Amino acid sequence: MSRPTELRDSQKELYYFRWRLGVAAVGIVLLFTLLVGRFFFLQVIQHEYFHTLAENNRITIVPIVPNRGLILDRNGVVLAHNYSAYTLEITSSKVKDLDATINDLATLVDIQPRDRKRFKKLLEESRNFESLPIRARLNDVEVARFTANRYRFPGVEIKARLFRHYPKGELASHAIGHIGRINDADLEMLEESDDMANYRGTDHIGKLGVEQSYEKELHGITGFEQVETDAGGHALRVLSRRAPVSGDNLTLSLDSRLQEIAEKAFGQYRGAMVAIDPNNGEVLAFVSKPGFDPNLFIDGIDPTSWDALNNSIDKPLNNRALRGQYPPGSTFKPFMALAGLELGKRTPSYTISDPGYFMLAGNSHHYRDWKQGGHGSVDLKKSITVSCDTYYYGLANDLGPDNIYNFIGQFGFGKKTGIDIEGETTGLLPSREWKMKRYKQKWYAGDTVSVGIGQGYNLATPLQLAFAVSILANRGVVVRPHLVRSIQDSATSQVKTVPAKPDAAVALKPESLELVKEAMIGVTQPGGTAASVGANAPYLIAAKTGTAQVVAIKQNEKYVASRIAERHRDHALFIAYAPADNPKIAMAVLVENGGHGGSTAGPIARQVMDYYLLGKVPPAPVSETPDAVEEEHD
Amino acid sequence: MINRLWKRLTAHIDRPLLGFILLLMLIGLLVLYSATDRDLGKTTSQMANMVVALAFMWGVANVPPQHIARLALPMYAVGLLLLVGVALFGDISHGARRWLHVGVTRIQPSEIMKLAVPLMLAWYLDKREKTLNLKDYGVAVVLLAAPVGLIVKQPDLGTALLISASGFYVLFLAGLGWRIILGLAAAFAVSAPILWSLLHDYQRQRILTLLDPTQDPLGAGYHIIQSSIALGSGGIFGKGWFNGTQAHLDFLPERTTDFIFAVFAEEFGMAGNLILLVLYLLVIGRGLIIAAKAPTLFSRLLAGSITLTLFTYAFVNMGMVSGILPVVGVPLPLISYGGTSMVTLLLGFGMLMSIQTHRKLVQS
Repeated sequence: MSRPTELRDSQKELYYFRWRLGVAAVGIVLLFTLLVGRFFFLQVIQHEYFHTLAENNRITIVPIVPNRGLILDRNGVVLAHNYSAYTLEITSSKVKDLDATINDLATLVDIQPRDRKRFKKLLEESRNFESLPIRARLNDVEVARFTANRYRFPGVEIKARLFRHYPKGELASHAIGHIGRINDADLEMLEESDDMANYRGTDHIGKLGVEQSYEKELHGITGFEQVETDAGGHALRVLSRRAPVSGDNLTLSLDSRLQEIAEKAFGQYRGAMVAIDPNNGEVLAFVSKPGFDPNLFIDGIDPTSWDALNNSIDKPLNNRALRGQYPPGSTFKPFMALAGLELGKRTPSYTISDPGYFMLAGNSHHYRDWKQGGHGSVDLKKSITVSCDTYYYGLANDLGPDNIYNFIGQFGFGKKTGIDIEGETTGLLPSREWKMKRYKQKWYAGDTVSVGIGQGYNLATPLQLAFAVSILANRGVVVRPHLVRSIQDSATSQVKTVPAKPDAAVALKPESLELVKEAMIGVTQPGGTAASVGANAPYLIAAKTGTAQVVAIKQNEKYVASRIAERHRDHALFIAYAPADNPKIAMAVLVENGGHGGSTAGPIARQVMDYYLLGKVPPAPVSETPDAVEEEHD
Repeated sequence: MINRLWKRLTAHIDRPLLGFILLLMLIGLLVLYSATDRDLGKTTSQMANMVVALAFMWGVANVPPQHIARLALPMYAVGLLLLVGVALFGDISHGARRWLHVGVTRIQPSEIMKLAVPLMLAWYLDKREKTLNLKDYGVAVVLLAAPVGLIVKQPDLGTALLISASGFYVLFLAGLGWRIILGLAAAFAVSAPILWSLLHDYQRQRILTLLDPTQDPLGAGYHIIQSSIALGSGGIFGKGWFNGTQAHLDFLPERTTDFIFAVFAEEFGMAGNLILLVLYLLVIGRGLIIAAKAPTLFSRLLAGSITLTLFTYAFVNMGMVSGILPVVGVPLPLISYGGTSMVTLLLGFGMLMSIQTHRKLVQS
């Protein structure tokens, strides 16, 4: 047994513990008594007062919704603004027979079946006490007619509301995004972030693009009025008021003219293009074709338009520039060439003799060059200019997967670029670990060979490609791409510029950069894969063409575009920066099922560069249809 | 046979405590049914929450306290790691990081800490029982401050304060000197202006709103104004079940969760409030008796802290709804709608029952 002293200690300890519990119990009783006192004060002494307040809980707080900030392009062209108009709104909880009411209303104002459908949908999604629009944008006659008959419609009222409008329609819709009615998911997010109060009275919230990612800046601060109302809920007088503070205006780095030219240049093709100023990361054009009209989404899209957009085989709602993942194909080669030079696996003069295929030691599989019979003797410069596959099969094999992964990763492949809109995908830069995790398989030498020409597991978004090109153009200095150039505080009118500070640099030797640049210039010169793109240009273009396979071709088959269904044709890729010696614009163009990069994607890039560098507006577009063109691959 | 099985199954259930808990749950369901405008779906889902939570309680009640003690360190360590994870990789939604993605679901690690902190402190002080000195209290304070600091950073001031309270109760019951307590209080008072400057705007706003609700009639002030009207207009006997105009005319925000007490008080009046307070007092009283009779320092401190923390939740919630405390997001225990808080709460009760029903085994 324990010694007596210790026993006494634990006795003493228990005594102290119980004493402390007693102190706590007294505290509890005291605090509960305080609560009882408070209840007595509210529920007995002040009961009459609160009873009256509850009976005519008629002092309502009316929120005043702030003006949402404008969105402008870099030259001040309005891309999103607000206008005031009348809507007819129904508070369903105050209406006895909803259908009858709507039928009666239809005799006064024009209510189409699609208005009814949209209203039903809003009703299903909403909490039952908010008033919902049955018709937006009433004309003066309709307003007058309803006002004269208002007494017949309790629970129905006309409200002056601000409407968001995107005057340019489809233009840059994937970058600007759109607003839409607040739904349950938005509510949950607002609740979590303690912003509920500021959204009282607000029906809309940014859903996509800049409208979403800059919601906080665009929304502003809600004001309020304390209003005394009569028994019918109509305002009698305003007791107090705090004015709302409008949202901040955003100036994008996009150039709407450039954007327009780029979108037009795509013609009927689907695809994406991102153009970046490599010096500061400003996104000059952000194209994903086809686009959609963001105006449709603002007050809940009607089911017919929704089905049309959502079920279209062209997938116009898919943000190809941000989320589309494509094999980079031969546009990967300049980065591979840099890896070879920097890691000492290739010298500028190292030359191979290209038989038109590559074989791994101890394996009879032929990794074919796109050109049957090969390119003859090929050094590094020529390998880019003529896009020699055999050169890169060998280089990839010499570098090995780890070197490729580590070096190429510095150009942002396989990672989000960090652009200031949400939903970006990461693309895929494969590694041994990744393959083990994904396929439970070890890495084979053959995997490395296909990765070397941007095929195999490789995937990149057009935005990632443009970002990588901008790093190349900026001689290794990494500047994050961003769409918003400056934010104007609505209260103080102060303009805050989004800083464009480089946040990393890829260490590259000037000689390597020069050589790859020369080679990429060669691509747009006679003899290069995109010679026609550079023809008659008064500035030098550094570029690379690429082709991404959509369907695999068998070992002994030849790719002939005309024999393949349009949607199975290869995707055309084109990356470029110009002027080559002092880059002002860097870009990546992807044309889905466009075949060869030089002939479909290249001309789009040229038009964009001509406008941006020379101010040259292309002639009225000749409508291009993706018809069969048999021509050399890559 | 069946009799014996029943005995086995209920051997570790504390009947009085269970009785009070079930009564409070029943009141919770009745109020919720009214607060949701007779939404059977939501009421049923709350019932399901309760059943799940009761199952957890039963499970923990069957675990002897000395085994629970072994969980203290791992649970605390995991909780702390997750909190660090939140700080580094957590979901940011409009300036606050509180959630962490784990596989398919996301969790709020601060919830784990509500139990892990008192467990950890009780375990630590129990381990140092024989030589308990000032240094040990110092270590305990650090053990408390680490998670609290991380939660304050998120920022989630309400939860941080409640966890601080649960930790403080352990220290207080372990016999932390009065002079030190007074010293801490004085230090807190002195540093209040500094803390004030560290608070986020919305947190300051909430405290200012308490002093003058009309300052922020759209946000927290609106809650206080409307819930005061609900309480006051309820009078002595209330307006009756389903008859609360404040609740049913949509003046009351968050009326199924943090402000459910306002619905109750409007419909059942001061009489109802007193019944509720008595029920809470009974639960707390039972908890204090369990603590007083507990055989080891660990079980004593744990039981005491759980009980006092429950009191704190009830007091803070009712104080907030009746307008004497700032609006912090604290649910009313056993009454507010919500699964997570219900489970955490009943896990605590399970520990109380375990301490109570394993008493004899330890002594013998």
